[in-house]
Amino acid sequence: MTRERLFNALLLAGLVLVPLAAQAADEPFTITLATRAVILALAAVGLNIALGLGGLVSLGHAAFFGIGGYAMGILASHAQSYAPLAEWPILIEGTKSMPVIWLVAILASGLAALVIGALSLRTSGVYFIMITLAFGQMFFFFTISWAAYGGEDGLSIYVRNGFPGLNTLAPLPFYGLCLVLLCAALWLFDRLAKSPFGLALGAARQVPARVAAVGLDPTRLRLVAFVISGAITGLAGALFADLNRFVSPAMLSWQMSGEIMVLVILGGVGRLFGPVAGAVVYVTLEHLLGGITEFWHIFLGLILLGIVLFARGGIVGLVAGRGGGHD
Amino acid sequence: MSPILIIEQVLNGLQFGVMLFLMAAGLTLIFGVMGLINLAHGSLYMVGAFAAAGVAAATGSFLMALVAAMAAAALAGALVELAVIRRLYDKDHLDQVLATFALILIFSEGTRWLFGSFPLFLDIPDALAGPVTLPGGIQYPLYRLVLIGAGLAVAALLGLLIGRTRLGIRIRAGENDREMIAALGVDISKLYTLVFALGAALAGLAGALVGAIQSVQVGMGEPVLILAFVVIVIGGIGSIRGALVGALLVGLTDTLGGIFLPELFKLVMAPAAATSAGASLASMSIYILMGAVLIWRPTGLFGARA
Repeated sequence: MTRERLFNALLLAGLVLVPLAAQAADEPFTITLATRAVILALAAVGLNIALGLGGLVSLGHAAFFGIGGYAMGILASHAQSYAPLAEWPILIEGTKSMPVIWLVAILASGLAALVIGALSLRTSGVYFIMITLAFGQMFFFFTISWAAYGGEDGLSIYVRNGFPGLNTLAPLPFYGLCLVLLCAALWLFDRLAKSPFGLALGAARQVPARVAAVGLDPTRLRLVAFVISGAITGLAGALFADLNRFVSPAMLSWQMSGEIMVLVILGGVGRLFGPVAGAVVYVTLEHLLGGITEFWHIFLGLILLGIVLFARGGIVGLVAGRGGGHD
Repeated sequence: MSPILIIEQVLNGLQFGVMLFLMAAGLTLIFGVMGLINLAHGSLYMVGAFAAAGVAAATGSFLMALVAAMAAAALAGALVELAVIRRLYDKDHLDQVLATFALILIFSEGTRWLFGSFPLFLDIPDALAGPVTLPGGIQYPLYRLVLIGAGLAVAALLGLLIGRTRLGIRIRAGENDREMIAALGVDISKLYTLVFALGAALAGLAGALVGAIQSVQVGMGEPVLILAFVVIVIGGIGSIRGALVGALLVGLTDTLGGIFLPELFKLVMAPAAATSAGASLASMSIYILMGAVLIWRPTGLFGARA
């Protein structure tokens, strides 16, 4: 067992045991913090597919996160006001059922990723960064001006959505759902990375010309990766909105994109458990430093600078040494 | 919809555009010469605005405030370049994005810590306050006209600097081949610091000029930064001329879209629905413009062909 696998196993064990211990000690707030970490990790696993496997520096993933959030907000708000979403040409009702909401979130954010990706992937490098950032802003401003769903104030949902057979109002079952989805996404990431598609994608990141020379289309590979990436981040957005029972344009702000990217880098780009380690450390820092000073972002900034300048490879890279991930 | 309103809005769009140009010019210069994507450029804009507000409150002189804004932003830019940025030139864009994102966090929270969360106010000097009457009887704020003039003057000066001076020659040479000009005896790291400080000073100037018509607060830089990105994507990265054309296009599209799209929608829709649909579309209009330019020319209007 390599050090990285040992680290991953320990991390996963911690994610299972800490909330159980918190439940036993009757500290629901710790479970809520852990839920936040797991959901952010899921969003970052999504970005890691584009960033780590595909080498696509997307600074607009908050758009997908927010689209997932609004998918939940819109469906649930229609269900809570008993107003159908559309009556013509077919009757569409709102819903409070999580599986349906997740499916809609995945489809909507995947579709948005398809459109944004198809346009943005016409360019590369620094253009790609700026364009994804700009498209993210476009969705941000759209939600602000979208008065029907709360505009700048956002949407509140009074009761958390339901999942067949589970009491999602209690912290622990909802945490369990989020953790299962995170594990599914990690499994998908691992399978993708080892599949012929993932290998071709990695090759397209390193030497696009050779990939094109053997008859594969690098742009198409990247687009598929971008769509899967956006869809997973969208799913995380729906869960995040459900956790807070609130969705607002802040979920689509460019700072959110930056934060999701920070999680990936903090943990280790391209590493399977990098986003998970990043999210756990981020949420812990936010909680600890945030308790000491309201200016904790200064310290976050300094830590980030330190990582970029001196500790490439992030936390997993520090623990496991080089190899496995990539720069 | 009267012609007077249209002319006013065109002037507003121009004013917005030239201010965007000041931001975009620095960004595109820094990218062109050093190959660096600098997210912290908006922080330098904020530094300029805060310095101007502070000096204006202390001395009461708007001119002093402008000088202080440029000096403070240039100084902050030079310090950041020496401490952090120069370690990033050889790294990939992801590292640059992350490190400059970290700088934003440090600048924003640092400013909030020093000045508090409440916005400061920077007053328009008395000599420039009030409206003027343009030919055709249009009343328009003098200060905004001065902004248009100042922005265009800076654009002209920058054009002269790049095109006609020895420093400009070095900057252009640095864009083309940094090893060669280093071999010819130019101190390349000093040149980089200088270019970064120049870009920062332009951002600081923009922050101070705009600070007088908006409030000066933490986080004021980032929306402008992102619009400046849109500008240089449209204009072509590294091209000053592209930045000017892109900035004016974005400024005009944003301002005119916000006014005319709701009116246009009212022709075919109920007024309330038209207002909200028009406002939504208007807020997206510059990004749609960007998408259209990209489909047509992926490297921007004046960018090098890939």
